[in-house]
Amino acid sequence: MTAAPRNVRLLYFAWVREKIGRDAETVELPSDVVTVSDLVDWLEQRGPEYGEAFARRNVVRAAVDRTHVKPSAPLGAAREVAFFPPVTGG
Amino acid sequence: MAVCVQTDDFDVAAETEKLIGARTDIGAVVTFTGRVREGVGDKRITSMTLEHYPDMTEAEMLRIEAEAHARWPLQATTLIHRVGELRPGEQIVLVIAASAHRQAAFEAAAFLMDFLKTRAPFWKKETLLNGDSAWVDAREVDNSAAERWS
Repeated sequence: MTAAPRNVRLLYFAWVREKIGRDAETVELPSDVVTVSDLVDWLEQRGPEYGEAFARRNVVRAAVDRTHVKPSAPLGAAREVAFFPPVTGG
Repeated sequence: MAVCVQTDDFDVAAETEKLIGARTDIGAVVTFTGRVREGVGDKRITSMTLEHYPDMTEAEMLRIEAEAHARWPLQATTLIHRVGELRPGEQIVLVIAASAHRQAAFEAAAFLMDFLKTRAPFWKKETLLNGDSAWVDAREVDNSAAERWS
């Protein structure tokens, strides 16, 4: 039995967007990508621009389906994952 | 309860009137307006550009607002945050907290600002006088300010 492919929309903001060079993309996640942290590991292997964006791993924040999460958060059936620097509004 | 993300400027008096109107149960209204500063120390900026996460921003602002209503007896609140390019002296953010008594209104306004600064997905990029631009770093003091409510 093969698991159904998981397509996830990835969004990037502020300097994460600038370093990766795009604001969004849709990817098919391998089955061993379980948490947000796993997703970052997997993205880093896709090219130097991702390595650059995630070089300061503990600085980059994430949201799963538009809710802030920690790196250990499971992706589950997430449809949208966003990566961004610490927020600076207000 | 109202939250709004907009490029246009806002009118504090008009927003207060819109929120309060003819209500007679509100004894205290605290408004906070954040504005773009020209600089800190030697640094001078010509503009500031605010980016946000459109599909998440208002949802997060509503969560922050609901949290304030759960903590204090508030009659009404308004949160407005501007995005796009802003120049020094322009207004960026408005928080209005209305309650029967001043303590709840003061505290809720401070809470709303602390959480807007640390939770709402906005990012500021400054353009300096010499044409360079740089993303504004998050400040530890803002995180400490937000943590005092936990």
